[in-house]
Amino acid sequence: MVEFWSVWIWPTVWIVIKIVAIVLPLLLAVAYLTFAERKVIAAMHRRKGPNVVGPFGLLQPMADGLKLFLKETVIPTGANRAVFVIAPMITFILALVAWAVIPFGQMSDGTPMVLADINVGILYLFAISSLGVYGIIMAGWASNSKYAFLGGIRSAAQMVSYEVSIGFVIITVLLCVGSLNLSRIVEAQAGPWGLFHWFAFPLMPMAVIFFVSGLAETNRHPFDLPEAEAELVSGYNVEYSAMAFALFFLGEYANMILMSAMTSVLFLGGWLPPFNIAPFTWIPGPIWFILKIAACLFVFLWVRATLPRYRYDQLMRLGWKVFLPVSLAAVVIVAGALITFGWMPARAG
Amino acid sequence: MAETQIKNFTLNFGPQHPSAHGVLRLVLEMDGETIERADPHVGLLHRGTEKLIEYKSYQQAVPYFDRLDYVSPQNQEHAFALAVEKLLGVEAPPRGQYIRTLYAEIGRVLNHIFTVCAFAMDIGAMTPMLWGFEQREILMEFCERVCGARLHMNYFRPGGVSLDMPAGLAEDIWAWTEEFPKCLEDLEELLTENRIFKQRSVDVGVIDAAQALDWGFSGPCLRASGVAWDLRKAQPYDAYDRVEFDVPIGKHGDCYDRYLVRMYEMRESLKIMQQCLNEMPSGPVRVDDRKISAPPRAEMKHSMEALIHHFKLYTEGYHVPAGETYTVVEAPKGEFGVYLVSDGTNRPYRCKIRTPGFAHLQAMDFLCRGHMLADVVAVLGSLDIVFGEVDR
Repeated sequence: MVEFWSVWIWPTVWIVIKIVAIVLPLLLAVAYLTFAERKVIAAMHRRKGPNVVGPFGLLQPMADGLKLFLKETVIPTGANRAVFVIAPMITFILALVAWAVIPFGQMSDGTPMVLADINVGILYLFAISSLGVYGIIMAGWASNSKYAFLGGIRSAAQMVSYEVSIGFVIITVLLCVGSLNLSRIVEAQAGPWGLFHWFAFPLMPMAVIFFVSGLAETNRHPFDLPEAEAELVSGYNVEYSAMAFALFFLGEYANMILMSAMTSVLFLGGWLPPFNIAPFTWIPGPIWFILKIAACLFVFLWVRATLPRYRYDQLMRLGWKVFLPVSLAAVVIVAGALITFGWMPARAG
Repeated sequence: MAETQIKNFTLNFGPQHPSAHGVLRLVLEMDGETIERADPHVGLLHRGTEKLIEYKSYQQAVPYFDRLDYVSPQNQEHAFALAVEKLLGVEAPPRGQYIRTLYAEIGRVLNHIFTVCAFAMDIGAMTPMLWGFEQREILMEFCERVCGARLHMNYFRPGGVSLDMPAGLAEDIWAWTEEFPKCLEDLEELLTENRIFKQRSVDVGVIDAAQALDWGFSGPCLRASGVAWDLRKAQPYDAYDRVEFDVPIGKHGDCYDRYLVRMYEMRESLKIMQQCLNEMPSGPVRVDDRKISAPPRAEMKHSMEALIHHFKLYTEGYHVPAGETYTVVEAPKGEFGVYLVSDGTNRPYRCKIRTPGFAHLQAMDFLCRGHMLADVVAVLGSLDIVFGEVDR
């Protein structure tokens, strides 16, 4: 009996606690990301943004959430009910599940702060983010609306196109690290020169391609074609209301945070401080990680306020004719350089 | 195996659509995302303006013109005022003419800011809209200060304008004309050289000069195709023959050129406004004929004659000699014409309104065919359609 408790129950409870410790702050972060987006874009538009609900409008996300929660979910008559309801759940769940492998920092004994320290973490992330497209396709198809349908088709094509180049970009990083484990990837970026060891420097073009593909992957400006307001009204989620809509919305923003986290892990040194000198090393790793995520998210919002939207065929051209060849060439070049100069990393985990 | 039937995808674009610029219903027949046929349906905002005007006195007809193209109301009033003046055989006094020219150019800038920013918004850039509308707000305040209404001014009257400019307004307008180019530069920085913006607008919705004339284009849309036709130059009205300005023309007739022409026109408008402010003479702003324009308030308090004139003007209105005229102005959207027939009574016998937007809209199918869905929005935005004037 004791064994049953120590082997099954306590670890389960411990894992659940860890999950809650990740998901709750994440959901809060999503809520306040919407607030930050409105505030940041408002500042760029020279207007005030939300400032009525609570001090500085800080309670606005809560009010919005409450409103969506209390509304009635309308299911269109022609819709496929089951798929229609499942689609937002898929989007939302996948956006949360991916966080299982993101390392937030390092314990004092050197083990990473992560829910599941699996050795193929990056593959897991890649798989989960690819699955995300299903939620959107299902929503677009099940809504039985032409706008939603077009949005669904666009997003399927878009995600497939950009996944490929993201894959190659990730391979270049993996070649430099020699491991698929996300904590190892971060550790490989540590060094005496601080931020100059981050992969953003040696693999600069790749970091840019990764970030831009990330914009496309999360359906953000200037690649927000699946929900292009000006053409498709709201794209795949046009028929959704209330909590079902909120789930899409939360999923999209959670994905933005996830993309930023991936960018930080792969290229910005995860939890590592930018300089290995006193005031910077005092700040704990998770704080650095959060700061880096916030910086990436700011760029997400900045891009949204600045750029017009691509057209569908231009988006495809960028994905297949620009990013794919460049990232493919980069894989060859990086691999060649590693072999030629004997920089191959030692085989790790 | 049963034979598969491939059918085109029909999409009802509007009337409830964020980029339909009001109530356009566009039935799109698409092959995937490519437009095979675009069929614009009009009439959802039809209010019977022309018929209503037949039952109003000439004075009462003016506000209807505000409500046609509600983005630049004064320019429509201008056409009607000029038409009635032509039938009456009067001319506004010089100061009135300069004020009208000044406010017509304010209307042009109001319209072009709106168009350029809405076009950017349609393409997906949201920031220009907010920046531009800050400037529109200032311009609308100028309108409010001169006549009391921000939007539907009812300011240009047959025979001049309703009121003189209050003290200090000219200085404020001058100060604004010096500041506004900064805003234009900001907008250009976001759009003109932006690669995505260019990719979305260059070579989209191309129409060459001959085709543009065939489709009845006018205004910036025609000039973007390379035809230097501007009614302010071709047949100047009011003070336009006394001011210096250039007419920018485009080369390719695509969405990008239409955007550029509008950007340059705003700068030219500023030049015209500054000249109007500099050269504006003092004097009356309305004709001094009491049979046409109402006497001043103060005079009515002691003059029986003035009181009678006022009463007659605001009940019966004035009689316009029988005749007909087609009077056009260069409205911001293009050639805005009023065909006015008078049978000698106090009401127009017929008032046909020629709006540029209607002619532009009919070219939608021609411009969009073979393009993609996203281009429809860009073309629509670059044509500057406002449904108040299309449907009348």
